[in-house]
Amino acid sequence: MIEVEFRLARPGGFTLECGFAVPARGVTALFGRSGAGKTTIIQAVAGVVRPDAGRIVVDGEVFFDSARGIDVPIEARRVGYVFQDSRLFPHLKVEGNLRYGERRSRAAERRIGFDAVVDLLGIGPLLARRPHTLSGGERQRVAIGRALLAQPRLLLMDEPLAALDGARKAEILPYLERLRDTMGLPILYVSHALDEVLRLADTLVALREGRQVAAGPLAQVMSRPDMLPVLGRFDLGTLLDCEVVRHDAAYGLSTLAFSGGELRVPQVERAVGGKVRARVRARDVAIALAKPEGVSVSNLLPAVVEEVRAQEGPYADIALRVGETQLAAMVTRESVERLGLRPGLPVWAMVKSVAVEGSRPEFLDAGL
Amino acid sequence: MLTPEEWTAVALSLRVAFWATFWSLPVAVLTAFVLARSRFAGKSLLDGLVYLPLVLPKVVVGYLLLLTLGGRGLIGQYLDAWFGIKLIFTTAGATVAAAVVSFPLTVNAIRLALEAVDRGLETAARTLGASRLDVFFSVTLPLMLPGILSGALLAIASALGEFGATITFVSNVEGQTRTIPLAIYSATHMPDGDAMALRLTLVSVVLALGSLLLASLCDRRIRVMIGRA
Repeated sequence: MIEVEFRLARPGGFTLECGFAVPARGVTALFGRSGAGKTTIIQAVAGVVRPDAGRIVVDGEVFFDSARGIDVPIEARRVGYVFQDSRLFPHLKVEGNLRYGERRSRAAERRIGFDAVVDLLGIGPLLARRPHTLSGGERQRVAIGRALLAQPRLLLMDEPLAALDGARKAEILPYLERLRDTMGLPILYVSHALDEVLRLADTLVALREGRQVAAGPLAQVMSRPDMLPVLGRFDLGTLLDCEVVRHDAAYGLSTLAFSGGELRVPQVERAVGGKVRARVRARDVAIALAKPEGVSVSNLLPAVVEEVRAQEGPYADIALRVGETQLAAMVTRESVERLGLRPGLPVWAMVKSVAVEGSRPEFLDAGL
Repeated sequence: MLTPEEWTAVALSLRVAFWATFWSLPVAVLTAFVLARSRFAGKSLLDGLVYLPLVLPKVVVGYLLLLTLGGRGLIGQYLDAWFGIKLIFTTAGATVAAAVVSFPLTVNAIRLALEAVDRGLETAARTLGASRLDVFFSVTLPLMLPGILSGALLAIASALGEFGATITFVSNVEGQTRTIPLAIYSATHMPDGDAMALRLTLVSVVLALGSLLLASLCDRRIRVMIGRA
């Protein structure tokens, strides 16, 4: 487990309060807008900033405990830190940068090999180069390799893609997925980009203005109505872990099954039986009292209203139950009144659009 | 070309300048580090003390050295009694005078270089398992090298040109304390010393130009080496 619970006040009025315990495996995303306190949290985990009070424990090892006066120095925590701006040492070549942390690790603890990392990140051709001759994407890959070779027990990544343009991001993301799936190393991943979080994360800690909004398994957190201020009305929605049931090549469609029903989506590039993550935004779910006839929407799901929450402004958040799954919908308050929506009412959910957010490979624990 | 007496002065100057820089450089790096990185009560006082030789008349610096390190000085008497170190009228004394006078320039150059070092790189090094001391030697110091080099060259140049403090503190003894500037001074007081003064002046110009050229050459090399070209 990674247990983080602390309070910190900065001169200038910013205060941060958080408390979460997440599994020490897979990717935990710290998500929120800039200024939410995401980076401060991983800085505290690394020991770069010191909380006013609290406790930080990774895999049973206490990094920080204000009550017991424990504050392990940065270099003794053995956490890999990938900075947004790479921070490669300009006076060392790529190989020297990669070896910097490796040399300082204990020989008995070296389980991540140099060649494996170079191979994983595709940085073999760069070894003799100077950092200032590398592109932004290359620099970030080297920085990731350098952090891995320091043999960390936890990898911290601070918006590693934020300084890169779209094409470079697309270049790095597959490396991050491979890293997640092969290294068996827990990762705390700071990001304000929803697409990265949905693609990489297993667990989510959502933050807003120095406060923790929610923490838990990604799909669970994403559909919570209190995520609205974090995500914005545009992006609030439900994540569904699905399995590919069949492909319909004639129409170019695939059928996905989730615990609650089936969805028809544009064909996904994954074999039957493969896992994918589908995302339904609340504003793309419409509600009908009777099974709609003569509509173009093909995803019609029988549902039961669980909760109706009127929001400020014209909208209301509706929680629907579809089989075992909770599905978030958003309609106007006027519609709530006109349809008489109330908890317990059976309705039909019309899902206008589904985004399939990419692969969801089984977690591999194959350490190197 | 040069008379034996002039050679003696040139060799002595080089020796004094080299040793003054050699001994003051590590102290200057340490002082710059303390001044740039730490906060403590009395820091402004230390700051002032370090820069004092720069603003005081050099003769005053020399006289203060005489009062403290001279044969009957506050510290000087013990240096002699306990360690047998005599500074008055000796090359060692000339070296001390040169080191003290050049110290503020050296510290300043190194401090500027240190402040230009990206502290984010030091943090990165610590997350990679390096202790503070390790970070200093493996990251900070290499990145400061251009500043240390320019500090060292400033120190050598100012040591080569040191006059006031030296003549006040350790006098003008041939072969012991008579460096090039003191030799030129002596020559101008001799009836037929014009030629000697002129030759030593030329030597000074050549030494100054040579060290400037060497400095820019080294600077370029180091900047390429640390990726700051």
